[in-house]
Amino acid sequence: MLDVPQLPQRLAQLRARYPASDPDMVADVVRAVLGTMRGDLTANEAALLTEVEELAQTVANARAEIAALRADDITDSHIPSATDELDAIVAHTAAATDIILECCETMDRLGSTLAGEAGQQLQDVTTKIYEACSFQDITGQRITKVVSTLQSIERKVAHIIEVFRRDAFVDGKPPQAAEEASLLNGPQLPANAMDQSDIDALLASFD
Amino acid sequence: MAVDKSMNVLIVDDYKTMLRIIRNLLKQIDFNNVEEATDGSDALIKLRSGNFGLVISDWNMQPMTGLELLQEVRQDSRLKSLPFIMITAESKTENVVAAKQAGVSNYIVKPFNAETLREKIEKVLAHA
Repeated sequence: MLDVPQLPQRLAQLRARYPASDPDMVADVVRAVLGTMRGDLTANEAALLTEVEELAQTVANARAEIAALRADDITDSHIPSATDELDAIVAHTAAATDIILECCETMDRLGSTLAGEAGQQLQDVTTKIYEACSFQDITGQRITKVVSTLQSIERKVAHIIEVFRRDAFVDGKPPQAAEEASLLNGPQLPANAMDQSDIDALLASFD
Repeated sequence: MAVDKSMNVLIVDDYKTMLRIIRNLLKQIDFNNVEEATDGSDALIKLRSGNFGLVISDWNMQPMTGLELLQEVRQDSRLKSLPFIMITAESKTENVVAAKQAGVSNYIVKPFNAETLREKIEKVLAHA
């Protein structure tokens, strides 16, 4: 059996041994030689040969597709632009939230000068506004997670570009994202999140 | 037991808007002596030099997280019994368990409401 995981490594070694050879020319020669051998092959060998040819074609297609993608644009322009946009969203919503809070604090001060039910109603309303304004913290953290994901994609795309530029297959492994502190998950999506009653129940289980 | 609302409360969050929101919510339930810190190490300096009756801290901060702050507080002979409430978006079971094991007094998940904050503060201070 062909050791498929080692195939890229062997190909890379051959490429290193004959750096001046044109890969397309080598492929043509191999194809021509193998074509003449078909009559001498067993059924299993022929099937294997077909799979190797398909593998070579897949690699060639992938290279062509990646080249056509203009992958540099992804790391040079698209992802930095997307992260800048997201940073701008955080900054703008933070500024807006600060203005809302400032207005709310003014209403709070005015409320304290009002007697009776009107003062209480005003305080109830400002409490709800304060609670609602905490959205900014949550959305900020969610956007930070998205930015982090985009940066991780950027690193991987950069690695793929580098690999194809070197014309090597398995010389290195993709760069690993910085190890996150294992406990820091950030806000969970509502469907996955524990709510306050779940947390209260979990804490109570310790008592 | 009546809660002493004149106590000093330290709120810790790296996000200034959140500090402002918590400060205002505390003010509405008559906690007016509130100081702020922007991460665990800043908070630790203030706690060691001041006289606080309650800490309300976020978790995810740099350079010192809320969990690390909690661990430092529990190892400090003068601060080890200080009521400590974590308010955080970290809502996974492993987070809550880690905080509990580190000695958290109570745990509030963001987004929270004023009633939850009031209820947890009263509960924590009643057992202090």
